[in-house]
Amino acid sequence: MAGSAEAQLLEALRAGDEAAFAQLVREYQPSLVRVARIYVSTQAAAEEVAAETWLAVLNGLDRFEGRSSLKTWIFRILTNIAKTRAQRDGRTLPFSALQDPGRVPEAAVDADRFLDPEHPRWPGHWAVRPEPWPEDALVAAETQAVVAEAIEALPPAQRAVISLRDVEGWSSEEVRNALELSETNQRVLLHRARSKVRRALESYLGEDG
Amino acid sequence: MSQDTAQLSCQELVELVTDYFEGALSPEEHARFEAHAERCQGCGVYLEQMRVTIDLLGQPPAAGLPDGAERELLEAFRGWRST
Repeated sequence: MAGSAEAQLLEALRAGDEAAFAQLVREYQPSLVRVARIYVSTQAAAEEVAAETWLAVLNGLDRFEGRSSLKTWIFRILTNIAKTRAQRDGRTLPFSALQDPGRVPEAAVDADRFLDPEHPRWPGHWAVRPEPWPEDALVAAETQAVVAEAIEALPPAQRAVISLRDVEGWSSEEVRNALELSETNQRVLLHRARSKVRRALESYLGEDG
Repeated sequence: MSQDTAQLSCQELVELVTDYFEGALSPEEHARFEAHAERCQGCGVYLEQMRVTIDLLGQPPAAGLPDGAERELLEAFRGWRST
């Protein structure tokens, strides 16, 4: 949202414009629930966190000074509420994984897809090359379901990073601040997560070749 | 196959894809990466698959509000407005 559009929206909200509020809710609700889902264990809990967030947004709206963007402010409220809720439910993001993901190495592609690193002619080159994916399959709803399942299957720290970066489209800095992790660790987690989603797509799209 | 490609194996390249997209490679590594990807068919396809994967991740299915949730929120808004 551009600065001036946001200022207009704020003015409308403060003036009690119901349509403006409805539009804001429709725009952010799916994201709020998805981001809350990173912290809490069920969809129902994520929806409750989102609802609680909207109430907190309303309560804070008159005090909001616009030092951050409205979006950043709303998501900061959400993550605070979600973290509190997760703690209450005895569920916290595994910090060891966020802080030291490099401790356990993980290959983006199985080693058996490559020739031996000591191969005399083509060390470490593809033994089984990836094949181009059929374009018409990429727009299919089933393919989206494969992506959603692959995200769900990721370890929590990887799921958190890929959800914020790639699904929500947050910047690297926004994700670092929200999850309190270093740039390098974010890249490692993002890389592993994306590589696994690609693998899931490859195994699905390769089935009917 | 050129010297450039020989210096960076396919197995090494697949581990650098995110660093490449994020602009985290040194200028030398970046050049080596691109030289390899341009000349190696398998890695070209792999890179394209990673781009498509990221695109697909960014198009999550539209999720509406649960039944009645929007009505409740609008009621809360009216309540807030009248305070």
